[in-house]
Amino acid sequence: MSDVLINSVYIIAAALFIFGLKLLSSPATAVRGNLFSTIAMFIAVVVTLFSRDILEFQWIVAAVIVGSIVGAVTAQKVAMTSMPEMVALFNGSGGVASLLVGWAALYNTGNTTFTVVTILLSILIGGVTFSGSIVAWGKLAEVMTSRAIVFGAQRIVNALLLAALVVCGVLFALDPALDSPYLYAVIALSLVFGVMAVIPIGGADMPVVISLLNSYSGLAACAAGFAIHNNILIVAGSLVGAAGIILTNIMCKAMNRSLANVLFSGFGAVKTATKVEGEVKPINTEDAFLILEAASSVTFVPGYGMAVAQAQHVVRELGELLEENGAEVTYALHPVAGRMPGHMNVLLAEANVPYDQLVEMDDINPRISNVDVAVVIGANDVVNPAAREDENSPIYGMPIINVDQARTVFVLKRSMASGFSGVDNPLFFGENTRMLFGDAKQSLSAVIAEFKN
Amino acid sequence: MEAVFLAFVLMLSIFLGFELISKVPATLHTPLMSGANAISGITLVGALTSAGAGIDGMATLLGALAVGFATINVVGGYMVTNRMLSMFKKKDAPGKAGGQS
Repeated sequence: MSDVLINSVYIIAAALFIFGLKLLSSPATAVRGNLFSTIAMFIAVVVTLFSRDILEFQWIVAAVIVGSIVGAVTAQKVAMTSMPEMVALFNGSGGVASLLVGWAALYNTGNTTFTVVTILLSILIGGVTFSGSIVAWGKLAEVMTSRAIVFGAQRIVNALLLAALVVCGVLFALDPALDSPYLYAVIALSLVFGVMAVIPIGGADMPVVISLLNSYSGLAACAAGFAIHNNILIVAGSLVGAAGIILTNIMCKAMNRSLANVLFSGFGAVKTATKVEGEVKPINTEDAFLILEAASSVTFVPGYGMAVAQAQHVVRELGELLEENGAEVTYALHPVAGRMPGHMNVLLAEANVPYDQLVEMDDINPRISNVDVAVVIGANDVVNPAAREDENSPIYGMPIINVDQARTVFVLKRSMASGFSGVDNPLFFGENTRMLFGDAKQSLSAVIAEFKN
Repeated sequence: MEAVFLAFVLMLSIFLGFELISKVPATLHTPLMSGANAISGITLVGALTSAGAGIDGMATLLGALAVGFATINVVGGYMVTNRMLSMFKKKDAPGKAGGQS
């Protein structure tokens, strides 16, 4: 098939990618959007196989079979709670694929210096995406410490690494021999750089890192597109790059921090918040039931703790009972609740919570004072009023869900330990706050049992 | 000249990407991310050419590895996105719509 024909089909594929993303603007059309995107990928791949450049198929067939099996099995088996880990791994495999495509492109004849530079970029971005994603996966899966790893000379080491990368890159571009030691140096340094870029980022900032690596994987595909002069790679890659950057930006805003602050400093232990003192008012499940039964509007505010306790199904069950009881039930979601953007929404959707009951922070806050009961499940920092009131708090200025302004707040919590950021939470001592201690799932099941009696 | 042409495509797609993605609601951010992830597996198209051109043993090996990794990304990404998106359901209207008071 001629290049012109192949590129014409790429235009159709690009249009389908764009249309697919457009349909993602509503949950009602999103499944179709993903289907369009899948078709786009399929026709792009199939038409490429008809290219006159492809002479041997045995390696392609073998690799596609292995890759499909691995991808399909993981996609079917993964639990929704581990979605961040899986996205990190998939990001990593996209990154390493771009690195390899760039590397293989060096074997093409007649590469100009411009092409060699884009090849180096695709190796660099692909390598950083790969090793960065593996570290992010390690932190999320807790096979390594999820804390920020910071050491004294970190910035100097990183600056030296970057300088070495640039020098090796320039030396290679001047003489792009296939067995040049500078090529191997660039590959190795990119991988090290990816590790160094992610280790100083703490567990609480993981949503930002995942979004950013997502963006990198797109940019890597983009760079690979330049390396092999392929438009569809550039179009699709930059769409992904844009998606990642927008999500990164949303996450940073939701934490009131700049991207630079997230990337270069471990979560600030610099400031010490005003110590909160007061008395917590525990409540038992019977009293909790009586208050909930009388409530005419209830908002659940889930955090990652809900996922850990696997409480999403009992939450939904309680929500349904409350609705039958005549209450208006909503689920208020903070943008950084969970370990990746929109993580909680997926967990609640899995538990059959209808998506029209999921409300965003900006929608719930103006009417939170009319909410009879706000039930906080495994969330801490995202409902911490210190972010609004205490200028000394490390999370001061972060937008929060103002549950403390609801008529009554239930906080479901294992114990009095502080949240991911290690900040005290004055909410627990609030006048209208009642603490329901214990495992969230068990507490809620007990409340449900009361309802059924 | 070709470099300029490619850069032109890049510029337009980035703007288009920003326009499209900023309209995606927060509820769908996780599927957006895994879907975008699958799209970034478009590197597969590049990998196929490297793996099948038969230029050099090493290039074929690198290409074949790239095909494998990119396929994981594409197949896994689309399947898991589909799995997530099909869980998002609207409230089933009849029967228990009594709780609107």
